[in-house]
Amino acid sequence: MASNTFEAPLVADLSSPSPDGTLVDVRVGIVTFPGTLDDRDAARAIDIAGGTSVPLWYADDDLQGVDAVILPGGFSYGDYLRAGAISRFAPLMSRIVDAANSDAAMPVLGICNGFQILTEAHLLPGSMIRNDHLKFVCRDQRLRVENTETAWTALYTAGQEIVVPLKNNDGQYVCDQATLDMLEAEGRVAFRYVGHNPNGSLNDIAGVTNARGNVVGLMPHPEHAVEPGFGPDSTGQGPVTMGDGTDGLDIFISALKTVVNGGTRA
Amino acid sequence: MSDQQFHLDTVEHASQTPQTELPWAELGLKREEFDRIAEILGRRPTAAELAMYSVMWSEHCSYKSSKVHLRQFGEKVSEEMTKDLMVGMGENAGVTDIGDGWAVTFKIESHNHPSYVEPYQGAATGVGGIVRDIISMGARPVAVMDPLRFGAIDHPDTQRVVHGIVAGVGGYGNCLGLPNIGGEVEFDPCYQANPLVNALAVGVLRHEDLRLANATGTGNKVVLFGARTGGDGIGGASVLASESFDDSKPSKRPAVQVGDPFAEKVLIECCLELFHAGLVEGIQDLGAAGISCATSELASNGDGGMHVDLSSVLLRDPSLTPGEILMSESQERMMAVVTPEKVADFEAVLDKWEVEYSWIGEVTDTGRLVIDWQGEVIVDVDPRTVAHDGPVYERPYHRPERQDEVQADHFTGSAADTGRPDGEALKDAVLELMASPNLCSKAWVTDQYDRYVQGNTAMAMPDDAGVIRVDEEAGLGVALSTDCNGRYAYLDPYNGAKLALAEAYRNVATAGARPAAVSDCLNFGSPEDPEVMWQFAEAVRGLADGCLEIGVPVTGGNVSLYNQTGQEAIHPTPVVALMGVLDDVRRRTPSGWDVNADGQAIYLLGSTADELDGSEWARLRGHLGGLPPTVDLGQEKLLADLLINMSRDGMIDSAHDVSEGGLAATLSEMCLRFGTGARIGMGEVCERDGLDLFTMLFSETQGRAVVAVPRSEEVRFKDMCTMRNYPFARIGVVDAVNDALDLMGATRIPLPELRQAHESTLPTYFG
Repeated sequence: MASNTFEAPLVADLSSPSPDGTLVDVRVGIVTFPGTLDDRDAARAIDIAGGTSVPLWYADDDLQGVDAVILPGGFSYGDYLRAGAISRFAPLMSRIVDAANSDAAMPVLGICNGFQILTEAHLLPGSMIRNDHLKFVCRDQRLRVENTETAWTALYTAGQEIVVPLKNNDGQYVCDQATLDMLEAEGRVAFRYVGHNPNGSLNDIAGVTNARGNVVGLMPHPEHAVEPGFGPDSTGQGPVTMGDGTDGLDIFISALKTVVNGGTRA
Repeated sequence: MSDQQFHLDTVEHASQTPQTELPWAELGLKREEFDRIAEILGRRPTAAELAMYSVMWSEHCSYKSSKVHLRQFGEKVSEEMTKDLMVGMGENAGVTDIGDGWAVTFKIESHNHPSYVEPYQGAATGVGGIVRDIISMGARPVAVMDPLRFGAIDHPDTQRVVHGIVAGVGGYGNCLGLPNIGGEVEFDPCYQANPLVNALAVGVLRHEDLRLANATGTGNKVVLFGARTGGDGIGGASVLASESFDDSKPSKRPAVQVGDPFAEKVLIECCLELFHAGLVEGIQDLGAAGISCATSELASNGDGGMHVDLSSVLLRDPSLTPGEILMSESQERMMAVVTPEKVADFEAVLDKWEVEYSWIGEVTDTGRLVIDWQGEVIVDVDPRTVAHDGPVYERPYHRPERQDEVQADHFTGSAADTGRPDGEALKDAVLELMASPNLCSKAWVTDQYDRYVQGNTAMAMPDDAGVIRVDEEAGLGVALSTDCNGRYAYLDPYNGAKLALAEAYRNVATAGARPAAVSDCLNFGSPEDPEVMWQFAEAVRGLADGCLEIGVPVTGGNVSLYNQTGQEAIHPTPVVALMGVLDDVRRRTPSGWDVNADGQAIYLLGSTADELDGSEWARLRGHLGGLPPTVDLGQEKLLADLLINMSRDGMIDSAHDVSEGGLAATLSEMCLRFGTGARIGMGEVCERDGLDLFTMLFSETQGRAVVAVPRSEEVRFKDMCTMRNYPFARIGVVDAVNDALDLMGATRIPLPELRQAHESTLPTYFG
């Protein structure tokens, strides 16, 4: 009932115990590059999910013992030269690449510009070019979770539809035919646009994973669908009260649980 | 220096060569202004001094034509208005205490002329400039808004201007990570060749973080940091903003600045870290008039002296002359005053962010601003004479001769008022209105702006106000709305300004926020035209009277004059930006009902009269005449109190004000907001107010809002309206099953059809 709208806490109460007390010890690094924009948002998402966010500075050479890493959205280095092309050379990126490729398979999520950086760093295949309509676009986007065996999608059910905000200028996913065939054959398309392809991405690809499932890149912004009152007006299930869409939250809880459970499939 | 390509005009040289002719006219100065400069200095100015005075005494920087009127904003104030005001007019932006140790600073400014010449960069640097004003106060910028006004939607040049300006606003704001939470988009032939790009930024700070543009403490160091100084924007302030466009002059393209949002984003984070560590004493952004403005304002607001070595300024183009360096409007630069013992820590923060800087001088106790170039003195002035003692004009003004004729030409009974639709014909009338350029969906524009970044956007367009959470734990936040109806202001500038205030005030209250402060952006034609000057004087008087009446202070703003081509001035367009406070943003009220509201009662607050003069309906019929709707700020105050209290007590689940397009637009928008229909029966209210259904739907009477009330709250709701003696009428019910706006007894408009009409217009024109 709409008259009960005000009963739901719109402001996340971060002081209360997290839904799962074991997650609070999971430390997730949030990397800030010059020009990163959604770093505080990604940190908030981890905290709401019940974990502990740890700010990381791109120029440092130390992951501070974090269990997972998020490369947030934004315009690192102003997207100059090519989105993500300069950031991949940051000292911290070498540490992240090593940790992602290690036996421990540290979970890494790249959101928007973070996804672009992951492709530039060759942790993920393909690349992003300018939206096909040549305009920046901000919209609540419906996605289908295609692969639920990654570190970041384990809590979803296969084929589940979710709604999270999308906002980018260079979001058109492209790769060569062989790579595309490989991604599809191996089930490495993690997320696909549903209903409307907002940028001309090949095969409606919104996100991909590496072969081991610990590294995921996603163009839309799940960290903007984690807190009632500040998210989209709908979920995969349909309309909700204004801003109450929190379909993105399970991405972050998935990673926290993956860490607690001892890592992804190896 | 051996490669110097120019002859250096030192102070000594100027004293020795009193007869040298200087290009004061080309720099936009009048003869008597030049003479006044020579009188102040007791000699002719050097080329560099002339450059400084010319930009600082330009209309844009000195407010020389508007100052005598703007004083009213400082004079017409009550104690109630100033009790939460921490910083008023005159600083980079006003600062308001919103409680719990938080303060909010916001300001709206114009970037009209550059945006016509070079739409993308003009609009982009408009955003960049206002954001730097906010940083200068010690605040973290948290949102932007952009009221935009363009020429006729089908004019060939409008394409160029719209695409460039929207992409520029988005390109810069999105890259800065600032959510764009609202604004306006209007099309009217009066803005042809004079588009209005107004940019608002809002920032938040803890009380103790407040910073001011003062250079105090003799021996303190002055540093210039951020982007290097280049040749862009030279003369922008004096030339671009102080003249009308005229085809006979050469292209002014190079006078528009070029923006680098990445540099600005880094500068924001860098400044916030500097503030947090307490490393700056005073700070000033570089905007119009560049180093001329920053040095003279810092010096004159402080102990009164500064010594600057201009050769230390880092340049993008080494061939710039000292005068050009002083005037350059290169973007993304800041100037700060730092105590000697904090210099090392200051440098460490800038090094961390890879921001370039150079120490260019120090604070002195001489009362003079002295600037050297390669060891020779090229400027030696009293900084107050540059920054504050510019000319003040009492421009002549008089009521336009045509004004009486215009005001006598009422819509009702005019040739344009041919047959008011009724019954089934109302459907086409509503569809025409909702598809019209000014009432159609602005999603084509706003979908190019990021409204989510920072994660604190509780509400954004198309709702009545943008709402931003300030305190993430307590939920304390602010609501902002910008409004103006230039057609109303054309018909009656005094009441038009009050109407702009009334609408912004109503919008903020409709969102559930308590109105707290105003910033204004006054866009007018040439002050040298006495009829335009009358419009300006009347609008300022109206806004100042209005603010006093409703008890909300003007905390700052901007004046943009010369918005005209030839003899044709734009409609007077005093844009009012109003900021309100919500103790908890969870109480914000959306501007439409959703499926969960099925069965809720729909009420109209306020009564309606036949007020179609200046309305959107009249615009569609090509008519502009008569008198704008009556404005009664006492009633607006009552209505606002009702809306705020009802929202806080959970008596209303949605609310939308009635303004342009009347009830027809309000009801359509409320249905389209979340795609949920309504059954509306207005027989009783039409009878109460003595109007036919068409006039009830299209009249633009003020002091009205539509609200949806849960069944369980109807008794309390009605009691509150009755107790406060505010007119109310039950006009319908939310109907989630019947997918239509059903005007019972007249016509039924299926929502898909309404949505199609509403959303197709901008994509059709702009792709």
